Amino acid sequence: MTSARNRELVALVPVALLLTAGFAAVFAQEEAQLGDASLIYGAYFFAICIATHIYLRIRLPNADPYLFPLVALLTAFGLVMIYRIDDGLARDQANWFVLGLILFALTIQFLRDYEVLERYRYTIAGVGLLLLLAPRLPGIGQQVNGAYLGVKIGPLAFQPAEFSKIAIVIFLASYLRENREVLIVGARRVLGVTLPPLKHFGPMLVVWGASMFMLVFIRDLGSSLMFFAAFLALLYVATGRFSFVVIGMAMFFVGAWFIATTVPHVHDRVEIWLDPYVDAPGSGYQILQSIFAQADGGLFGKGFGQALIEIPDGGGTLLPAAQTDLIYSLIVNEVGLFGACGVVLIYLLIAARGFKIALLASDGFSKLLATGLTAVFSIQAFVIIGGVTRVIPLTGVTLPFISYGGSSIVANFVLLALLLLISDRARREATAPAGRDLAFGRA
Amino acid sequence: MNRQIVKLFAFIVVLFGVLIGFTSYWSVFDAEALKEKDQNARPLIEQQQIPRGRILTADGVVIAKSIPQGPKGERTYVRRYPEGPLYGHPIGYSFVQQGNSEFEQFHNDTLVGEESEFGSILDEITGATPEGSDIVTNIDSEAQAIALADLEAAGFGAVVAIEPKSGRVQVMASNKPYDPNRIPEEINRLNRNKLETPLLNRPAQGLYPPGSTFKVVTAAAGLESGTITPDSTIDAPGTIEVEGVPLSNDFNEDFFGADLETALTNSVNTWFAQLGEDVGANALFEQMRKFGFGSTPPIDLPDDQVYVSGVRELDGQVLGPNDAVDLGRVAIGQERLQVTPLQMAMVAAAVANGGKLMKPQIWSRVIDPDGRVTEKLDPSEYSQATSPETAAELTVAMEGVVREGTGTNAAIEGVAVAGKTGTAETPGNKSCGGGEDENQAWFIGFAPADDPQVAIAASVECTEQFGNDVAAPIFRDVAEALLDGK
Repeated sequence: MTSARNRELVALVPVALLLTAGFAAVFAQEEAQLGDASLIYGAYFFAICIATHIYLRIRLPNADPYLFPLVALLTAFGLVMIYRIDDGLARDQANWFVLGLILFALTIQFLRDYEVLERYRYTIAGVGLLLLLAPRLPGIGQQVNGAYLGVKIGPLAFQPAEFSKIAIVIFLASYLRENREVLIVGARRVLGVTLPPLKHFGPMLVVWGASMFMLVFIRDLGSSLMFFAAFLALLYVATGRFSFVVIGMAMFFVGAWFIATTVPHVHDRVEIWLDPYVDAPGSGYQILQSIFAQADGGLFGKGFGQALIEIPDGGGTLLPAAQTDLIYSLIVNEVGLFGACGVVLIYLLIAARGFKIALLASDGFSKLLATGLTAVFSIQAFVIIGGVTRVIPLTGVTLPFISYGGSSIVANFVLLALLLLISDRARREATAPAGRDLAFGRA
Repeated sequence: MNRQIVKLFAFIVVLFGVLIGFTSYWSVFDAEALKEKDQNARPLIEQQQIPRGRILTADGVVIAKSIPQGPKGERTYVRRYPEGPLYGHPIGYSFVQQGNSEFEQFHNDTLVGEESEFGSILDEITGATPEGSDIVTNIDSEAQAIALADLEAAGFGAVVAIEPKSGRVQVMASNKPYDPNRIPEEINRLNRNKLETPLLNRPAQGLYPPGSTFKVVTAAAGLESGTITPDSTIDAPGTIEVEGVPLSNDFNEDFFGADLETALTNSVNTWFAQLGEDVGANALFEQMRKFGFGSTPPIDLPDDQVYVSGVRELDGQVLGPNDAVDLGRVAIGQERLQVTPLQMAMVAAAVANGGKLMKPQIWSRVIDPDGRVTEKLDPSEYSQATSPETAAELTVAMEGVVREGTGTNAAIEGVAVAGKTGTAETPGNKSCGGGEDENQAWFIGFAPADDPQVAIAASVECTEQFGNDVAAPIFRDVAEALLDGK
């Protein structure tokens, strides 16, 4: 089963080359001369990727060969963009990349039998909810731009929502694996709409309530939407009832509308989304600058290192939170519509590989877990890209693997580790009994 | 569950498709509109980083250039106008905060080096830094300086000189002038100055009663419509009634049995008022339309900075042949006629060019940063305003004006000059201080009459003198300067 790992190795080479070329382009722009620094950075990056690859070769020989190179590609791209904004930030990000890989390895090391997670599902759910609420706890909570997303304990600051999304997906996958049958069988048709049985619907209402609670409590429409959408995706896959999704969506929008009209911060976000020109220098500034930056990018972009981020002569910033919220706008500005399509395509490929793992997995929990992790990852990308392109209101969710931020990088590497664990088992089981390596290995 | 997983993936594909759709909309389809939003500072900041092309006179004097400021890496450029107020009109100004005006605004894309979509894609691929192209104008530095100096001696007003066969604008001078270098500090003060209106480009924005210069248009309408021939005579007593109101000639002089040449030479009001009524509204307005009245002159200045000449209501509405107008007084340049000096220069230029009116243009050629001429003015026709015969007959009559009539001060030694004076009374005009004896003095004409090289309109506001006293000498000085240069 080395063919999968060989493909992974081959795929990593262009990623390292891309990183080297990206750094070279930024250097060339900033210093007008090319040192060997970009080569050194490229070599470091490649060495770290090779080490991870060798670890995967030993521990998970059958795991999906494309996920890690795709993620490495996003990380490399993010590193170059962040370096272009501020080299200090890029150094932090590189450290978190390494830390993320360490947690990635630890997850693979200790969760080989990931069914163990099912046994602790209520504990995990509790921890997940606690993490979500942590930013509102006095002493450690932090408010950023009106939303409560950060936690600071001593020198350690992180965004707990990034980790809690994994915990909640694990809980939902386990819960739905157990209850999917009764949810399907007990469903009744009322006025032509299939409703889930009331008894088992309780926990679903709890999830809805939690989402609404989050909206009020941490005031972040983006993460609330992300959690609830992941929940609906899992509910749909588990039960096959599209009507559940419709009911769920209706409930979410009614709740969100009610909250949007009553909670000022959420209300403002929605108003700005509908018409950012009303307060262009104030609350509409970020989304307008995001769109103006994209307009400036055009088809091919202005090139690495060419974007205007600061107003000359200390006039302030032209791209508020360029390294986190607006990094996609910066990407459109520098590499244009074509580059942005490339980035979206990478996310789509990751989603495709993730769902492929879910398809191959044989047991219900693995299927639902792989589906949930992939869904929450894809929806997170959609929420932030949709935010900066005005598809939905702009919120403070990170762009996975690209945005600056330790929590985001580390949590998403844990998510990747879980996906690869499921993949390794699924592909081993799919091929071993038949003994036909190649035929299934390529599927 | 597999079927649902596939459907879920399909849904994610749709979601991501929406992202691509919105990104395309902002970055490509709506990009131009977004770049023009007032809230968008990016285009201005970027333009500041591009060395804007120079603007030069036809004889190579630098009118506008960009000079670098600040350290390398964060270098910006700022506009300088070495000749100060001389070319404030019609060149205008270009500054990041105050924006662009006049010629600088009209030719902005060329000056900042914005090429075709393909060209800019090539630039992006090759990484070429954008650089603006130079524009050489048709303006003659010597004639422009003489025009402005004469105006400053005579009073507020305007001079426009056009080469009749090409439409090249060789002089466009405006008094009161302003110094474009001072715009960043003084724009508010200049805007508030409603008495002198230094930011008004009088050649294209000054709306004045044309007085007797309009008789050239009336005469053209008479000849073109066949109402008269050069030999036709009209009895023109010292005073007649027009629309129930008496209208008189200067000194109440009678001109019985006068032909066109006699009538134009002596600027006989009652002769032209009768002709105007005989010609009728349709023919007169049709003739005006052919000379360019009623629409924005096709010059290379922003449309909102070039005013429409015609019979205008106070609210700016331009009247037509079906509106109630006193045709007899329109025929002698009174009524509610409001015209720009540019429009009257176009009338003179059309007559000078055998009736063919060329589009007036300030620019002559574009030179890219490598010194190549990338674009050249290709003179084009605006309209055939009159037949060549009519133009020749008008020329004969206009020569009489300068030789022995009301415009003798326009005469140039050794050169036949054709022209027409105008003195419109503007009593109580507030911008003149409300005096009762104030006139708008005019001279329009061209020279040499047999082979016209230059057509000029000169107009002076708020003067107690006549067209021949203040406007004709300006015509002569500017025409001499331009003919000397040939």
